[in-house]
Amino acid sequence: MKSRSARNRLSGRWLIAALPYLWLIAFFFLPFLIVLKISLSQTVIAQPPYTPTLDLAAGWAGLKAFLEGLSFSTYGLLAQDDIYLLSYLKSLQIAALSTLVLIAIGLPIAYGMARAPSRAQPILLVAVILPFWTSFLIRVYAWINILQRDGLLNDALRALGLIEEPVAWLASDTAVYIGIIYSYLPFMVLPLYANFQKLDESLLEAAADLGCPRWKTFFLVTLPLVMPGIAAGALLCFIPIIGEFVIPDLLGSSRTLMIGQTLWTEFFANRDWPVASAIAVVLLALLVVPIAFYENVHSRQIEGR
Amino acid sequence: MRRGFTPWADPNAKPVVRFDGVSKRYGSTIAVEGLSLDIYAGEFFALLGPSGCGKTTLLRMLAGFETPDDGRVLLAGEDIVGLPPYRRPVNMMFQSYALFPHLSVFNNIAFGLKQDRLPKAEIAEQVGKMLQLVRLESLADRKPHQLSGGERQRVALARSLAKRPKVLLLDEPLAALDKKLREETQFELMELQSRLGTTFVIVTHDQEEAMTVAHRMAVMNRGRIAQVGTPQQIYEQPNSRWVAEFVGDVNLIEGTLAASADGVVLEDAQGRRFQAGAGAKVQPGAPAAFAVRPEKLRLALTPPPANALNTVSGRVVDIGYLGDISVYKVRLDDGATMKASVTNAVRLAERPIGWQDRVWLSFAPDAAVLLTV
Repeated sequence: MKSRSARNRLSGRWLIAALPYLWLIAFFFLPFLIVLKISLSQTVIAQPPYTPTLDLAAGWAGLKAFLEGLSFSTYGLLAQDDIYLLSYLKSLQIAALSTLVLIAIGLPIAYGMARAPSRAQPILLVAVILPFWTSFLIRVYAWINILQRDGLLNDALRALGLIEEPVAWLASDTAVYIGIIYSYLPFMVLPLYANFQKLDESLLEAAADLGCPRWKTFFLVTLPLVMPGIAAGALLCFIPIIGEFVIPDLLGSSRTLMIGQTLWTEFFANRDWPVASAIAVVLLALLVVPIAFYENVHSRQIEGR
Repeated sequence: MRRGFTPWADPNAKPVVRFDGVSKRYGSTIAVEGLSLDIYAGEFFALLGPSGCGKTTLLRMLAGFETPDDGRVLLAGEDIVGLPPYRRPVNMMFQSYALFPHLSVFNNIAFGLKQDRLPKAEIAEQVGKMLQLVRLESLADRKPHQLSGGERQRVALARSLAKRPKVLLLDEPLAALDKKLREETQFELMELQSRLGTTFVIVTHDQEEAMTVAHRMAVMNRGRIAQVGTPQQIYEQPNSRWVAEFVGDVNLIEGTLAASADGVVLEDAQGRRFQAGAGAKVQPGAPAAFAVRPEKLRLALTPPPANALNTVSGRVVDIGYLGDISVYKVRLDDGATMKASVTNAVRLAERPIGWQDRVWLSFAPDAAVLLTV
């Protein structure tokens, strides 16, 4: 009796530990296998629009035919056409630059929040989270309104006398940067804020006591100690920005495509599922690099505690 | 303590630290009020008081983390009130140690020296000296989280001494250590201080710690100094009921002063007369108290001779056995309680005095201190 209940409890605990893995298998690993399989197929005009398909009724022979039909030729296609490489690079460029700007804007905001009187902090926190209460899509549409030819921004700049002719903000990289930085700022501010809050004030006093002026203390003490926050924020922004589709599609120009847009075109416009899937697999492989970097920083930080 | 080291008694001596009419308020609460205090070069000075008495505020004013609302803070004769912390030739050891978690022991100690842009070799040499001073040579490459509490405490001490400050400020430096280690470290601190000759100012709420390490101490209460003096002066000649009760245990006998030819005579509410030896000018009829330390009370199981001075009688209601001494709580016949402590110099299988025994307490006239405040 007793041993059975103990075994039950053990298996219950095992189940709880396994849940996240089951989730990952069901919603990441299996879909990824399907995408990988499609990327190794060839496009055909059929339903589904690729070949080979696995015919389980044919048994071993069917499996053998299926495996023989797979090839890496689609990946070769990605290397041949510039458009894929260019949109990868564009995505990397936009993600990297936006992340840098986000760090530069997020640091002072998070620092100011953590230093605000403790009564004001919950209000400031709500102010950061508040935009999430409106649909992401609507907020990006609102930027179209602000950035268009006779939009708010041009009106304001003209009223201030800074410009005479309206500037074409929309359909440019600038608009994409504005939209991305606006949308992702909370994802940068929140982890930074959490880190700044944990920062022991007496460390800053100790630095001052030992002869270190304030600006120097920021670089010698504050910055190294909020590094995990910067890494977390950078990762939270960089990775989704790389795959960003909505913002460049609504605010950007059609001449420069981010990888998400290229993927969308291949999938929906060209109905080339193998190429779209291959793009997705390569993108995932590229993202493993920053994630591995973060894990490295993170584990060193945990060691440093 | 060094023999003959009494710069505070020398009218020509110049203090290294002088608080001159310093006040500090936070909103409506007063942290420090009109406080003046001199600390001399080479002193080990303790600021003692209950929490919230302003002792830490005083220390932080010296470090530059707080600015006084009124008054001046002088360091070697120079007003340092406007000076930011990083320009002051004083260093502080923090209660939390405040070691930089991302830097090794070596780089923690070198941090202050690097700010002075000293040559690398010189920094390494000075850090080496400091590591030797606190006996941590073998741990130079460790990070703070890899050290024990005692080792961290020594790194913090080494870091605050590395720049050879004019005055070293210690904010409850031993509070995080366990009792045994704390006592050892107290003696190490004293030894270090007399070897380096640096002025040490320590903030503590632990009176034993203050009395152990300090040449002189200031007892603070509600933003003011209640008394300044050597530990002996504070303990043997407290200047008020508050100081007498805060520092050590004390029995207070309340009453009114009576006219007398020999010494000071106090008459309590029951009409008992007590006599103290001090010949201070007293006003007959004024309310006052005699303070008698528990160890200065004699405890006897037999009544004293009829003409004996300063005797009261009661029953033992509690005995606290502390190993080296035993503390007896005696309820007097009028309901008041007194404490007497007796050294356990002889090893006894049975205590001669037990619960509910009738005992007689007495004290010599020179054991009592007259308190009018």
